[in-house]
Amino acid sequence: MSRADVCVVACAEAFRGDGEILAAAIGGAVTVLGARLARLTFEPDLLTHDGVCLLTGDVPALGAAPEVVEGWLPFREHLWLVLNGRRHVMLGASQIDRYGNTNISCIGDWPRPRAQLLGVRGAPGNTRCDPTSYWIPRHSPRVFVRQVDLVSGLGTDRGARELRRVVTDLAVLDFGAPGGSMRLVSVHPGVSVAEVLAATGFELHVPANVGRTREPTAEELRVLDRLDPGRVREREVPG
Amino acid sequence: MTKVMSAAEVACSVESGMTVGIGGWGSRRKPMALVRALLRTPVRDLTIVSYGGPDVGMLCAARKVRRVVAPFVTLDSIPLEPHFRRARQAGEIEFVEYDEGMFMFGLLAGAHGLPFLPTRAGLGSDVLRVNPGLRTVRSPYADGEELVAVPALTMDVALVHVNRADVRGNAQYLGPDPYFDDLYAKAARRCYVSCERVVDTADLLKEGPVQSLLISRSMVAGVVAAPGGAGFTSCEPDYGRDEERQRRYAEIPWESWAPEELREDPHEQG
Repeated sequence: MSRADVCVVACAEAFRGDGEILAAAIGGAVTVLGARLARLTFEPDLLTHDGVCLLTGDVPALGAAPEVVEGWLPFREHLWLVLNGRRHVMLGASQIDRYGNTNISCIGDWPRPRAQLLGVRGAPGNTRCDPTSYWIPRHSPRVFVRQVDLVSGLGTDRGARELRRVVTDLAVLDFGAPGGSMRLVSVHPGVSVAEVLAATGFELHVPANVGRTREPTAEELRVLDRLDPGRVREREVPG
Repeated sequence: MTKVMSAAEVACSVESGMTVGIGGWGSRRKPMALVRALLRTPVRDLTIVSYGGPDVGMLCAARKVRRVVAPFVTLDSIPLEPHFRRARQAGEIEFVEYDEGMFMFGLLAGAHGLPFLPTRAGLGSDVLRVNPGLRTVRSPYADGEELVAVPALTMDVALVHVNRADVRGNAQYLGPDPYFDDLYAKAARRCYVSCERVVDTADLLKEGPVQSLLISRSMVAGVVAAPGGAGFTSCEPDYGRDEERQRRYAEIPWESWAPEELREDPHEQG
């Protein structure tokens, strides 16, 4: 079992209880594996997609084409589905603050940024209309900041519909602290609470009992071996 | 009744200061032959409306852009577009930054003659802060919900690339995603379609179902035969993205890249 395996299972857990909605995993291999693992184990009614525009009837390995297609989701339909809300999206973020406001647009002042990034993409609509989780492969004070430079994704203080989870390479977090601020839910095996605090650039709520992120079951490890035989997930989460 | 013309003729019809919509998405089925033709003209000060990719990057690099209207600019397999980044970081261009769904609603409004369309996308985010001209609208019904009133995205010229078209401008996509090319065609005063192959009208249904006829000739001012005309972006099922060529574009300085790439396209007529 590697740290990446723990992260994939933690991402899968973010989709627990979602039922028959689209698990839109966008922020990298670990999120895609999380959605597919959830569907193949404890959340069988989830819809998953091929990362382009097919809703897959089966659950293919990373990079493989589906054998069965159960639906069509071109970009225009995807954008309507955002408004419909029957969708839980797992995004990436270049910056995130303690209320879950996130930035993928630019670093520095917006009129003339120090570093232009992607642009807001679909983050404003996603966070306003759908349950949203985040996957952050490198938990650091550069990402977990006091104030994001531009609000692409809404925090709990700006009308986010529902921020479910933030999964990082160190821990699982949510927004269950007073005032909807970020709370440490569990640390991954081998990670201390102090390490998480040192990697977080704002005051993080730490409850009396911080859990330990659960390890994958034997069945989950078997499923993961089939979904990602080349262990692409470990390139995203080294060590 | 043929509307067939050359890419150079399309480009020469674009005047400085115009608003140009560009179809496709990111680095997917972009009308790159038409963009390259535009790069060879002296046109300047364009407003580009685009789900941005290398189209936006090249026009920025060639200093032809005053304003970009977009929710993102990306090369997909290379997340950040180097020339757009440089232009933004140098403060050379204005940026109208929208959410992806807001942008679609702007196109839908533009395509259908509406002044705006309401949506929740954008509310609460800094999109409203960095676009101080954006207004909200309140539902007149019992819910009374406040929504963003996305203004119509209209354009002087739209450029799109499809798999097949006939000489009158009926245009067909054969890949998995139409993107938003039909909306660009409807939202522009003049739309030009480049295609992999010009075919007889009677042959259009030989390669795709009737639902693949994305754009009606009533929306099209000109048709350009441009095999490979989306390259290096993808144009499925005719070809995928040329990742090697895209990587060179992203890595080589514009001054060395442009002279070689902007020679006349060998396939172009006229």
